[in-house]
Amino acid sequence: MKTPLYASLQRNIILITLIVAFAPLFALGSIIYSQFFQIYRTKVEEQIQYRARAQAEAVDLFLKERIAILAAMADTHAYQEMIQDKILAEAFRVMNLRAGAFVDLGVINNAGQHLAYVGPYDLRGLNYYQQPWFGEVMSKGSYVSDVYMGYRQLPHFIIAVKRQEGENIWILRATIDPDVFGSLVRAAQVGKSGDAFIITGEGFYQTRPRFDGQILTLSKIDSALFGGRTNVIEKQNHQGKSILYAGSWLNNGKWLLVISQDLAEEMTGIFATRNVGIFLLLLGIAAIAATTVFTTRITVKRLKDADERTNSLNAQLMQSDKLAALGKMAAGVAHEINNPLAVILQKTGWIEDLLAEEDLRQTKNYEEFKTSVKKIEEHVERARKVVHNMLGYARRMEPRLEDVDVNDTLRQTIAILNNYARINNINIQTELNPELPIIAGDQAQLQQVFLNLISNAIDAIRKDGWIRVKSIRSGGEILVSVTDNGPGIPDEMQRKVFDPFFTTKAGGKGTGLGLWISYSIMEKMGGTITLNSKDGEGTTFVVQIPIVVPEKK
Amino acid sequence: MDYFRALVVDDEPDFLETLVNRLQKRNIDTAGAKSGEEALEIMKKKLFDVVILDVKMPGGMDGIETLREMKKIQPLAEVLLLTGHASVETSIEGMKLGAFDYLLKPIKIEDLMTKMAEAFEKKNAHDQKIRKARIKELLRFPGRVLEHDKEDEKAS
Repeated sequence: MKTPLYASLQRNIILITLIVAFAPLFALGSIIYSQFFQIYRTKVEEQIQYRARAQAEAVDLFLKERIAILAAMADTHAYQEMIQDKILAEAFRVMNLRAGAFVDLGVINNAGQHLAYVGPYDLRGLNYYQQPWFGEVMSKGSYVSDVYMGYRQLPHFIIAVKRQEGENIWILRATIDPDVFGSLVRAAQVGKSGDAFIITGEGFYQTRPRFDGQILTLSKIDSALFGGRTNVIEKQNHQGKSILYAGSWLNNGKWLLVISQDLAEEMTGIFATRNVGIFLLLLGIAAIAATTVFTTRITVKRLKDADERTNSLNAQLMQSDKLAALGKMAAGVAHEINNPLAVILQKTGWIEDLLAEEDLRQTKNYEEFKTSVKKIEEHVERARKVVHNMLGYARRMEPRLEDVDVNDTLRQTIAILNNYARINNINIQTELNPELPIIAGDQAQLQQVFLNLISNAIDAIRKDGWIRVKSIRSGGEILVSVTDNGPGIPDEMQRKVFDPFFTTKAGGKGTGLGLWISYSIMEKMGGTITLNSKDGEGTTFVVQIPIVVPEKK
Repeated sequence: MDYFRALVVDDEPDFLETLVNRLQKRNIDTAGAKSGEEALEIMKKKLFDVVILDVKMPGGMDGIETLREMKKIQPLAEVLLLTGHASVETSIEGMKLGAFDYLLKPIKIEDLMTKMAEAFEKKNAHDQKIRKARIKELLRFPGRVLEHDKEDEKAS
C-alpha cells in the first residue's frame, strides 16, 4: 500500500546524494585535467620552440663557418695565385678537409667573368655580371643565396665573398652540397610525424620536407605568422589533424626554420593519464553509487519498519481510545436506561401487589395479568443484566487489591469449565510455571477474564479439540496464553473482537460483552490482551498482567 | 419485621410514588421526597430509621450533598444509596460519609427490603448500644435524666 511512497523516497534520496557527490567530483576532475592539459601543452610548445631555435642556431653556425673558411681562403691567397687551377684545387681540398660540404669553388673577376673553377661542372667562362647576387657580393662583401636550379639544373645554393686586393676586386664563390645541408636540417625531424625544413620569407622550400612538398615549391606556411624570435602556431592539416609549427628565423632573417609536430602524438602522455583518470573516476562513481544505493535501501527499510511499528502502535492506541469512549458512552446510556427500568420494575411490582389483593383474585383474567407482569419483570431483568454487564459491574464496581496466585486462579477457572469442555470432548491442557510470584490484584476480575477466554475457546472449537493454557513469567509481567485449535478468527474480524456487542454466536447466546469487559478489566490493571489468530488454524489470546508486589501487612 | 420508618428520596416522581406505595403496603412507615431540600425539611420534623437516597439528581442538591446534611440532622439514620449510574466515585464517597451501602437501579422490592432490613438491624443494634450506655450513665449520674429528656423532645 505504501510501497510506492517509500520507493519514490528511496529514489529521491539516491538521486540527490549522487548528484551532490558527483557534481564536485566531475568539476574537480575536469578542472584538474584541463589545468594539466594546459601545462602539458605549454611544455610541448616550449619544447618544440626550443628545438626550432637550437636547430636554427646550428644551421646559422654551419653557414657562418662556411663563409668564414671561404673568406679565409680569399684573404690568404692573391688573385694571381687563385686563378691557377692547381692552387685553387689545393684551397678547395683544404676547405673540404677543414669544413666540408663544398661541392665546387670558383674565382670571378670584377667583370663577372668566371676565371677559375674546381668541381664537377665546368662553369669556367660563364659571366655572372647580370646575376643579382653578383651585385650583392660587390656591395656587401659576402653573400648566401637562396636555393636555385642554376646552370646545372639541380637545387643548390652558393656562398660568395669579395676580396679587395689593391685596385683589383675579385670574388671567391663556392657551392654548398645540398645533401649535407638538407640532412643537417632533417636531423631535427623527430618521431613518426615530426618534420623540419627551411623556407624563404616568401614561403618556398629550401630543403625537402618530410611530408608532402618538394624543394623550391611553395609551402602552405605563412611565414609572416612567425615574429621576431620563435613562435608556435597550431594548424589543421588536410587529414584534420592538429599540427604544431614552431619557426625560428636564421641567415639574417632570410630563411625560416620550421619544425612541425603532430599535437596528438605529443600529447599521448597526457591522454594516457586522462584515460587512467577517467577509469579511476568511473571506479569511484561505481563505488559511491553502490554505497549510496545500499545505505539508502537500509535507511528506507528501517524507516519503513519504524513506520509500521508506529502504525501498529497507533492502531492499538486507537483501539484503546475507542473502547474508553465507548465505556463513557455506555455509562451515560446506562443511567438513562436504568432509571426508566427502575420505574417499570416498581410499576409492575405495584401491579403485582395490587393483584394480590383479595377482590382482584376473583377476576377472570387474573392469571393472565399475573403472567404478563412476571414476563415484564423477566425482561426488565434481562435488560438490567445487559446494562450491568456493559458497565463491567457484573461482580463489583471497584477492583480490589488482594494477594492473587495467577496459577491458582487459572486452575479454579479450568475446574469450573472442565465439565463443560469434557461434554464437548475438548481437552484442556495446562502448562503453568510454578515459579510465578504472588501479585496484588483482583482475583475475581482476573478469573472473569480467564473464564471469558477459555469459554470462548470452547465455544470456538464446538466439539473435539484441545485448549492449551500456559503461564510464564517475562520480565516485569506474567503472560497467560490461551490457545485453541478452533477455526481461528478471520483477519477482518480480528479488529472487532474487543468491540462491545460484537458476537459471532447465534442470536441470544452471547451478549458480545465478554471480551470487551475482559479488555477493560486488563486495562484497569495496567495489562493488555492481545490476540494472534490464523484463519483455519486456531487462535491464541495472550493476557499480559503486570507484576504488582503486594504490600507487606 | 419490626415496625420502622423509611424515607425515599428520588427526583423521578413515578418511581418515588410507586416505591412509597409499595413500601407502605409492606407495613413500612414510608415518606417520600422529590429533592434533597425537601428530604432535609422532612427529616427536621420526623425521625427515620432508613433513608433511600438517589445519588444522581439533576438540579438542586445532589445526593452526596444531601447525605452530608442528613448526617448532621439525624446521625443515626442509616442511608442506602441508590444509583442508576456507573459513578463508582460517588458511591465510594457516599460510603465514606457513612452511607450503609449502595444499590443499583433497577432493584427488585425483595432485594431492597432485605437491604433495608439489614440497615435497620444495624441501626437497632446501634440504638441498643446507645440506650445501654445511657442507662449506665444514668445509673451513675441520675441527675442527667432531665437533660436527655430535653434532647429527645427536640429530636421528635
